[in-house]
Amino acid sequence: MIDLHGFEGLLLQGTIVTVKLTFTALALGLVLGLIGATAKLSDTAIFRWMGNSYSTLVRGLPEFLVVLSFYFGASHVLMMIAAKFGYDEYIEVSGFVAGFVALGFIFGAYASELFRGAIIAIPKGQAEAARALGMSSFQTFFRITLPQVWRIALPGLGNLFMILMKDTALVSVVGLEELLRVTAFAVGRTKEPFTFYLAAAVIYLVLTSLASFGLRHLEKRASTGVRELAS
Amino acid sequence: MNWQAITDMLPLLAEGAGLTLQLLFLSGFLGLCLAVPVAIARLSKTWWINILPRTYVFLFRGTPLLVQLFLIYYGLGQFEAVRESIFWIVLKEAYWCAVITFTLHTGAYISEILRGAIQTVPVGEVEAARAVGMSHRQVYTRILLPRAFRIALPAYGNEIILMLKASALASTITLLDITGMARTVYAKNYLPMESFLTAGAFYLVLTYGLTLFIRYLEHRLHADRKEPVVIIG
Repeated sequence: MIDLHGFEGLLLQGTIVTVKLTFTALALGLVLGLIGATAKLSDTAIFRWMGNSYSTLVRGLPEFLVVLSFYFGASHVLMMIAAKFGYDEYIEVSGFVAGFVALGFIFGAYASELFRGAIIAIPKGQAEAARALGMSSFQTFFRITLPQVWRIALPGLGNLFMILMKDTALVSVVGLEELLRVTAFAVGRTKEPFTFYLAAAVIYLVLTSLASFGLRHLEKRASTGVRELAS
Repeated sequence: MNWQAITDMLPLLAEGAGLTLQLLFLSGFLGLCLAVPVAIARLSKTWWINILPRTYVFLFRGTPLLVQLFLIYYGLGQFEAVRESIFWIVLKEAYWCAVITFTLHTGAYISEILRGAIQTVPVGEVEAARAVGMSHRQVYTRILLPRAFRIALPAYGNEIILMLKASALASTITLLDITGMARTVYAKNYLPMESFLTAGAFYLVLTYGLTLFIRYLEHRLHADRKEPVVIIG
């Protein structure tokens, strides 16, 4: 077994921050993805244009650059806005907030494409039937469309989730004390980079393995009652 | 927006783009070379042959690239034996560490793409090749691999674009690629929006260029999909 020189507790704390960051970013990303998909399918051209440029732009940029821009750019922009209102103090955006907003923003861009595809995949007749039964468009969306969108988009979302989990490592560069950052701290103390980065790699492997296990379970649950092709 | 700052940083970013492209093409090419044997071994039905590529792919797909990069760049130096071996000439250079890590990382993904492509080649084609008397090796070099490369091309193109974006991490181990240059410029002028947005524009241009190049390749390699030439007499 690897000797971690008593840094086990610190690594565990870092892991917890990583998991928290992943799920906060996921929540934001899912909301942004749904908004993005709705915009792309909107009847208004300007919304469609906004939705499409959002995903085209974000998908063409390195995740790392987006994280850096959000971290360094956010306080700059906030201060500029605040200065307009006569507030001249220094505003600092925490690494966690910048990190989860940046990662959620990236996740949303990819998810909006998945959601758009899933919404299109649902036969139009179902929404029409719901409307004919007297459901409002709000009810139709939440009772008919969304549950099925979930089932269709889930495999893709699962992939995105795994990518998101690994991308949280990027936030270590802007100083958030997540898994990779605390590992670097332990490396600085012990001068044993290989041991600790290997330990971090193992923890990430465990996290991604758990996630893929959980996703398989979710997929099974989401497709209850769906007919399979007889083989 | 400070336009002066943006025009000042353009030559630096162009220089960084050179390094980004170098890293990308080296690792994209070496990764492909690595992926071919890995994919073939992965398809083997003998467990002790396919266990190695399986583990490799699992390890490199399950961990963040940044961790892999740190493990190779900082980690390997922990061992006296590595520092005294001839490999140290290569491994002490951030540039080569980045190339090695990116190659191993993308190689894992490309091998999975190739494996999928080899499996989609219609069984009938392989049977036909066997029926005309081709050996196992000939079936691979003449039928399976050429077909698989064409099938895999769009996915390989996606992977190259993902690698272009992932190569931004080279800046964390002191390399001055596009992101590295942007970070240096930002450290001097404290203009985050100008520095990072201009760098972002560089990436968008590169992504777009690569997309066009891949589309062209696909067009070239799929002679069967071209429109027939109609001669109106």
